[in-house]
Amino acid sequence: MTRYIIQRLVYMIITMFLIATLTFFLMKLLPGSPLASADKLSEEQQAVVLEKYGLNDPIPVQYYNYMVNLAQGDLGISFQFDNREVTTIIMDRIGPSMQLGIQAMVIGTILGMLLGLVSALYHNSPLDYTSTFLAVLGQSIPSFVFAGLLQFYIGVKLGWFPVALWEGWEYTVLPTVSLAIFPIAIAARFMRTEMLEVMGSDYIVTARAKGVNKFGVIIKHGLRNALIPLITVLGPLAIGLMTGTLVIENIFAVPGIGEQFVKAINVNDYPIIMGTTLLLAFMFIFIILVIDLLYGVIDPRIRLAEGE
Amino acid sequence: MDNHKPSKDLFVPVDRTDEQSEKIERPSLSFWQDSFIRLRKNVGAMIGLAVLVILALLAIFGPYMNDHGQYEQDLSRAKVPPKVDGLGWLGMDGTLSDVIEADSVEDAEQKALMRFNNQEEFITTEVLNDGSNGEQVEVKATLDVYSARNIEENFWFGTDGLGRDQWTRTWMGTRVSLYIAFLAAAIDMVIGVAYGGISAYYGGRVDNYMQRVIEILVGIPNLVLIILMILILDPGILSITIALAISGWISMARIVRGQILKLKNQEFVLASRTLGAKDSRILQRHLIPNVLGLIIINTMFSIPSAIFFEAFLSFIGLGLPTPMASLGTLIDAGFKSLQIYPHILLFPAIIISLVMIAFNVLADGLRDAFDPKMRE
Amino acid sequence: MEKLLEVKNMHVSFDTYGGEVKAVRGVNFDVNKGETLAIVGESGSGKSVTTKALMQLIPQPPGRIKEGEILFEGRDLAKMNEKQMQKIRGKEISMIFQDPMTSLNPTMKVGNQIMEGLIKHQKMSKAQARKRVSELLELVGIPDAENRINQYPHQFSGGMRQRVVVAIALACNPKLLIADEPTTALDVTIQAQILELMKDIQKKTDSATIFITHDLGVVANVADRVAVMYAGKIVEIGTVDDIFYNPQHPYTWGLLGSMPSLDSEDEELYAIPGSPPDLLNPPKGDAFAARNEYAMKIDFEQEPPMFKVSDTHYAATWLLHENAPKIEPPEAVKKRMEGNANGSSSSEGERI
Repeated sequence: MTRYIIQRLVYMIITMFLIATLTFFLMKLLPGSPLASADKLSEEQQAVVLEKYGLNDPIPVQYYNYMVNLAQGDLGISFQFDNREVTTIIMDRIGPSMQLGIQAMVIGTILGMLLGLVSALYHNSPLDYTSTFLAVLGQSIPSFVFAGLLQFYIGVKLGWFPVALWEGWEYTVLPTVSLAIFPIAIAARFMRTEMLEVMGSDYIVTARAKGVNKFGVIIKHGLRNALIPLITVLGPLAIGLMTGTLVIENIFAVPGIGEQFVKAINVNDYPIIMGTTLLLAFMFIFIILVIDLLYGVIDPRIRLAEGE
Repeated sequence: MDNHKPSKDLFVPVDRTDEQSEKIERPSLSFWQDSFIRLRKNVGAMIGLAVLVILALLAIFGPYMNDHGQYEQDLSRAKVPPKVDGLGWLGMDGTLSDVIEADSVEDAEQKALMRFNNQEEFITTEVLNDGSNGEQVEVKATLDVYSARNIEENFWFGTDGLGRDQWTRTWMGTRVSLYIAFLAAAIDMVIGVAYGGISAYYGGRVDNYMQRVIEILVGIPNLVLIILMILILDPGILSITIALAISGWISMARIVRGQILKLKNQEFVLASRTLGAKDSRILQRHLIPNVLGLIIINTMFSIPSAIFFEAFLSFIGLGLPTPMASLGTLIDAGFKSLQIYPHILLFPAIIISLVMIAFNVLADGLRDAFDPKMRE
Repeated sequence: MEKLLEVKNMHVSFDTYGGEVKAVRGVNFDVNKGETLAIVGESGSGKSVTTKALMQLIPQPPGRIKEGEILFEGRDLAKMNEKQMQKIRGKEISMIFQDPMTSLNPTMKVGNQIMEGLIKHQKMSKAQARKRVSELLELVGIPDAENRINQYPHQFSGGMRQRVVVAIALACNPKLLIADEPTTALDVTIQAQILELMKDIQKKTDSATIFITHDLGVVANVADRVAVMYAGKIVEIGTVDDIFYNPQHPYTWGLLGSMPSLDSEDEELYAIPGSPPDLLNPPKGDAFAARNEYAMKIDFEQEPPMFKVSDTHYAATWLLHENAPKIEPPEAVKKRMEGNANGSSSSEGERI
């Protein structure tokens, strides 16, 4: 197990290094510099600015400096906000993004599991068809369309929850719901399939043959075995949510990293774009790693096979 | 026990022929015939297919169904709500309405006039709550936009902020979105199948090297890859397609490789090899038919994902440049005036949702139809 | 002998998209206290469905018991609801399944899986149940029971897992044990061990057993009586000696002829031609007619009733009708029948 973790960590570092390198050189290919929005500066002033961002150095030196700083968690200085460090800007804004993501993830998987469970237990009933149909809708309709519907009907027309901004829990309701619909749908569909498969397996018949009642069969024998594979969808779900927050934060004007990222793209603030990209990449890779390890911990077949 | 008396002449032996004992009771169906029958029986998938055909036809012919060009601007008719004769009950009656609250009916009507730029003669008001129960007065004011602006013709989906016909733009946008999605899915398929196929078929060292490359690429989140690609390529139909394809082929390659590796070592392929079948025959008769289903299913799922990412890129400012329309750019634009003119968002949002649902349902149906485990 | 179980005219059907599949079409048999009844037949002959239906373990829907009575100590199991059945399952009737690799819950400790029935039916405390589990594991021949209790199924070999399955079935001292091909998925050496174990246990516990198998060698070894099933019906039923040394149904002849025996090395093995009928549309007349060398016109028109051969022996074939021509059974079977008449062979000696 330890060897496996170390191996995975090494792969993770290599991937991060490659992504950082790729990002750096791609950014160098791009037009635009901190001077783009300030062309009225004198030549001396321009030189000062270029010096400040280290843009006068040869590319390999810039690359070396960038990587050294990166290793220390320093993502450089923003172009658009004078003298503000990208790391600080991101740290200031990560709170709302994390809160949205976690809320949507927790609500989404729990509701989805329940929906899928009901579907599987009442297989081929109207209840099953309805929840399967809703799950297909939830999986297919993009989160921004839901966001639009909620914003217009719940926010504008009914006025139940605020339409935008971030000033208290009620402001998190609409964005969280818009984001949670996708994980609800995916978890529900996955749970349904897994549960149906598990309930059709031989050991469920064994349990029934022992005289275990329906509830006991479902909870003790069915659910646990169906939940283990559910862990594998958590990774893609979390990644889907991060993609979603980029858009949802913009629609609901949530001051998170997603909103910042889109602003940065519009003004070519490369240090922020690079920083956010690296952060996203890091989080993706980290989540996948955690989920793989979690799977090993929860499934006794993997846990013990590794341990022996 | 023996309560019936069968006649004696029945007790004569009959010649049992082999055809009788080996008779096959059901007609035999090939894999594809069987899959196709199963798909046809799947009501959801068939509805999905029908919706896609209708939307595709509208995307092709829709823009020519009226005389407006997709870039034809006219600010005098900006943000006109949709109007279709006979569909007034659906809200497509060319009016804007709002519920206004005030302290008295007069105040409310005054506010309504201000809300709709004092076009008094075209406003009808309806008192919802005259305030007699102590609550705020509520008046519903409706403005007939077409008469107020003196517009003769009907805009079926209304117009956008620059007075461009939404019908034409929506179908042009659908066309562009579908085009990008199909092209990206096709490129994914070609690269993925080639890469996965070569890697698995040749195996050994080739496979080893090709897999190391995949392992590293798979670690790079496709969102990051897409954003970086768009940033350097400048947004456009081709660059978006390339960016989507670059991130999309990896999963296809892995699926194809996995399936071929599995098949390669199965007894029926080994048996065929033992009987002296050539590589080309094994490939044609055994490998391709067994992988094809998976390839089709995976491609069907990658199309809606490409449509989503195209729209997503529009949202983060990396979509098609103005004035081009795609479903993503139309929806993005719609959000800017959602509160007062929801119709600008409504139609592209409905269509992207329909396209996504239809593709997902059809892909689900295909998956069920091609899955040998489902056969009974 | 006192009857423990009486099955009368049981029909089981599955409703599929293609139509109603009549998997069991009117089955009658009984099981006495302490005896072993073997049910033999090809795959798809309905033997598994028959026994699963006894415990109402067929998936419902699509499966259903269409008609018939299942009298267990006088109570009709076919009319019981799920709640009542839960009190029967595991306590009075329990089941051993075919594949030990899939019939244990992979994420539950073996001890807990055995304990479940004890806690439910005998209201034991956890500590009591644990003690009993240790005893059971010793009984089924699993050493080091104290440690094994806390292990997961994947840490056991196939044979050991099947011993666990047996322990689960035995936990509450059931009156009737149903073994659904308990040795089919095992290696030959392990098969013998499990068979010995089951015989041993039966001696100790005196429970009745229904033993399903398609392996006639196993039948000769364990059974008191044998029922031969074909296409959802019992075509011949009798004691082991009846079936092995005086078979009457051509299908039984075929089965016996396809079984290798030690004293006939030089002969070619016989294979029954063709395959079983499609139970979605069972053929008219005798379902076996199409594969029957001795088929008569009547076989294609009317289903044969059960003819009585002796007090213990019945067979459903028109060949036993008074009007039927005298037919010689195939060579291999005849030899066997003669062998028995001379008293030179006994049922105990019949092993593969």
